[in-house]
Amino acid sequence: MIEICNLYKVFGAQMVLNNMNLTVRRGETKAVIGRSGVGKSVLLKNIVGLVRPDSGSIKINGVEVTTLNDKEYDRVRMEIGMVFQGGALFDSMNVGENVGFVLNEFMNLGSKTVKDKVADALGLVGLKDVEDLMPSQLSGGMKKRVSLARVLCMEPHIILYDEPTSEVDPITAAAINHLIIELRDKLKVTSIMVTHDMNCAYQVADSIAMLYKGQVIADGRPEEIKNSQHPVVQQFIHGEAHGPITEDESLIFGHVK
Amino acid sequence: MNTLASSIAASAKEWIRYVGQLSLLWSQTVVCAVTPPFKGFRSLTQAQRIGPGSFVISALVAFFIGMIIALQMAYQMVQLSAELYIPNVIAVALTRELTPVLTALIVAGRIGAGIAAEIGSMVVTEQVDALKAFGVNPVKYLVVPRFVGLIIMLPVLTMLSDVIGIWGGYVICVFKLHISHEMFWKMTFRALTMRDITTGLIKTIFFGMIIAIVGCHQGLTVKGGADGVGKATTTAVVRSFILIIAMDCFITFVFYFLLHF
Repeated sequence: MIEICNLYKVFGAQMVLNNMNLTVRRGETKAVIGRSGVGKSVLLKNIVGLVRPDSGSIKINGVEVTTLNDKEYDRVRMEIGMVFQGGALFDSMNVGENVGFVLNEFMNLGSKTVKDKVADALGLVGLKDVEDLMPSQLSGGMKKRVSLARVLCMEPHIILYDEPTSEVDPITAAAINHLIIELRDKLKVTSIMVTHDMNCAYQVADSIAMLYKGQVIADGRPEEIKNSQHPVVQQFIHGEAHGPITEDESLIFGHVK
Repeated sequence: MNTLASSIAASAKEWIRYVGQLSLLWSQTVVCAVTPPFKGFRSLTQAQRIGPGSFVISALVAFFIGMIIALQMAYQMVQLSAELYIPNVIAVALTRELTPVLTALIVAGRIGAGIAAEIGSMVVTEQVDALKAFGVNPVKYLVVPRFVGLIIMLPVLTMLSDVIGIWGGYVICVFKLHISHEMFWKMTFRALTMRDITTGLIKTIFFGMIIAIVGCHQGLTVKGGADGVGKATTTAVVRSFILIIAMDCFITFVFYFLLHF
């Protein structure tokens, strides 16, 4: 379970997270939606400890992580897998080494065991015989799958997805969505998925939270969000150029207001 | 005048802050290097990347520098009929000063820039974030192997360049200035002491640290995309050059005045 209370994060003069509150129950898949630059990725980085909040509380399975030092945080991180937007595969390693990275780094396993676990993880994401390929030889969708396989090798209890369906074609996006649902059902992991792809959010998430101006302004089941009367939510989920979200902007799609 | 003074003060402040950041990274690197688990093969891999690739260029430069010193010394020494002492000057100048500094500058240009670009690209593509998310300390994983690799390889490269530089001087002395083969080596070894060689090699350990720490720091602090990586690469080379020369001056001062070396 992840509980975020009164979270603040400021970069320079920009308040990115402003008294943000969010709860993700054990085994739940929560989609966090919102415009680009609204702080969705910053939220994930706060959870995994890549960025430390200015104030507020983040509890992961009951452990307050904001007060942990790096070493203590590393123990919590072993339970969290993060799938980065671009995959973040190590480009000096082949696919097999990337997927087996955590096993080789932290676990004293024989090379045969690592090889088997890598093949299993790749199998879970629908990839076969790609161990010897380099990341530069993979398509965008394959990179995301390999990145997910690398996370699965850690056997995490929590998976954080940063834009899992961005920069891939609709068919690959549907396959990735299907994969996330399968993993949730098979492995019972708790997941937070940051996205602005509403199809992905509706298909995959048990609940959807909308982030706007550093705060969660709506949180509920997909159909509740679909039927929300909040004008900001309405504008975002319908992808309208004009509305409350864009009223402060002087230039939208080339037209000066 | 006020503008000039405030600009100098701002630059000085920035350099002090920068050296402070380098010192912090250096101390973290040393702590990580002596803390288990030890992954020596990573340092050896880095040493392999640094050494063989830099050998030819540093050897070539040392060879030509040996020849140049011989020719420049001949210009003065011939007038004093003291050509015989040219091998002494070549040996001492190369081993104490020129080879360590020039080798370090070559390695800073070749390897330091590469380190900044490689780590910078890893930052830009979130690979460093991925390391942290897996609970891997980027300083231990990325900085320590390059730091150790450079500390091992720079003295080795310098020793080889010392030998090749002296052979460069030999070519001019023997074939142009007609000093005999035996006399060249006799004068070289008479002048050269173990102290000269160790002085140069001790310097290279500090230069290796500078190249590794500056390159890694520039890489780890990259902002933006490809533009940021390009700037980090250039800055790593320029700052390494300045710090190597400054460190050389400082160590020479310490050896000369404090240790009477």
